Amino acid sequence: MTEIPEHLRKRAEAAKQKAEAKKAAESGAAPAAPAEGAPAAAAAAAAPAGGTGGGGDRIPAHLLDRSRSAAQNAGLEVAAPAGAVATAVADARPVASGPGGHTQRLLTVVKSGSIQDVRATPQDKVHTWPHLLVAEFVAALLITAFTFIFSVFVNAPLLQLANLNQTPNPSKAPWYFLGLQELLTMFHPMVAGVTIPGMGLFVLGMAPYVDKNPSNKPEDRKFAISLMTVHLMFWSVLVMIGSFFRGPGFNFVFPWTSGLFFEL
Amino acid sequence: MAKTAPRRSDQLADKVGEITGKVQDSQAWNSIFRPGSIFRKGYTDSPRNRSYVIMNSVLYHLHPVKVKRHAVKVSYTLCLGGLSFFLFILLTVTGIFLMFFYRPTAAQAWDDIYSLQTAVAFGLLVRNMHRWGAHLMVLSVFLHMARVFYHGAYKPPREFNWVIGVMLLQFTLLLSFTGYLLPWDQLALWAVTVGTNMMGYTPVFGRQVRFVLLGGFEIGSNTLLRWYVLHVLMLPFVVVIFMAIHFWRVRKDGGISGPL
Repeated sequence: MTEIPEHLRKRAEAAKQKAEAKKAAESGAAPAAPAEGAPAAAAAAAAPAGGTGGGGDRIPAHLLDRSRSAAQNAGLEVAAPAGAVATAVADARPVASGPGGHTQRLLTVVKSGSIQDVRATPQDKVHTWPHLLVAEFVAALLITAFTFIFSVFVNAPLLQLANLNQTPNPSKAPWYFLGLQELLTMFHPMVAGVTIPGMGLFVLGMAPYVDKNPSNKPEDRKFAISLMTVHLMFWSVLVMIGSFFRGPGFNFVFPWTSGLFFEL
Repeated sequence: MAKTAPRRSDQLADKVGEITGKVQDSQAWNSIFRPGSIFRKGYTDSPRNRSYVIMNSVLYHLHPVKVKRHAVKVSYTLCLGGLSFFLFILLTVTGIFLMFFYRPTAAQAWDDIYSLQTAVAFGLLVRNMHRWGAHLMVLSVFLHMARVFYHGAYKPPREFNWVIGVMLLQFTLLLSFTGYLLPWDQLALWAVTVGTNMMGYTPVFGRQVRFVLLGGFEIGSNTLLRWYVLHVLMLPFVVVIFMAIHFWRVRKDGGISGPL
């Protein structure tokens, strides 16, 4: 069932009225009469087509007459307008019981938008099985295969037994902390080891409460994306420098001249 | 022989069918698989059975029956969250294997790892997988975070799940760091020394934090035991709880975000 949206119908009516008024003004006739007649005519035209448009809620007169006479024939009272159950549309006239003693009657036709607020729009969805599960399964297989094959060819490091009296040079933290160790060369340990990473993680966690921009489109959030990219680059570069460009004494070296001082 | 062969295979097929029917009618079988499970009724590809695969299995705790079409595009998520979770499972499995051969004391830890590598079948391979898997997990969790940020997926209603995710990132780093000490070699000892020295600079209670973590003023057997318990029991326990909340919120907040 197609239905003309309310706002479109109103707009069409207004346009028609305007055009009518303009025509009337041009022809020099009285503008009031045709302007008033126009919407009524439009509503009458809409009634048989849509059935739910503005004035179309009214039950057609010939049906009303038929039901009224049928009710009288059956010896039933015609329900007086005052006795009718309150209806949402003021001018919808009540109908008496049918000739066969029908107990239902049509109170009113209410447009769906006026009492129900249907907000759920249908979404394009697919079955989790097989569409998602197959992708996940393949991803799991690939990562397992990668880890397995990598592990066959590359051994995890196992250096000599731990010895507290022999400090290796350089001593490096695990790679993901090498950014912090790099900061340690520039700042006081409390700033480099606690304040900066602590603040960084706190701000990271607060991101959704700080960033009030509702859009998730990249073109709308250039600032957030730039900030995050700079932040990620900052840590990546620090980790790279700490991993590959720091040699004995944690001094700056070039890996292609002095070799690699890095264990995973 | 050619004449009797098909009859024999028919008989075999009948027998197999009969046994299958009996097993599937048995109380044991029907108590294992829920009504509607494809293992009770058999699977033919239909929309109803596609729903049953999820609905009548434990997978229903993880996935809804249907997901948004764009959510299954690998190019959107790059599978990073799922891979992090899968690596966690892989690390649990390989880690349990390693636990059979490892004693967390300063006198035995290194020797145990050494003999695991040289004397235990697949010991070296499983240890390698555990170590490389751990590094991969740190990487995939980090990339997952970057992916989620760039898609703006932390925005309402998913703010709190982002906070949980940031915590999971920290727990991942802690899990990796506590595991780093366990081989008890020079690499482990001094990497952890550098790391814990930094923790000692925490304002107000830095020295106490360091003392509790090390079980003394310097790294020793106590540290090894503490970090072992943290690594194999406490942190995984906490991480599993946080992961459960993380996955639950993904569904409650309306599935994954997007499309852009």
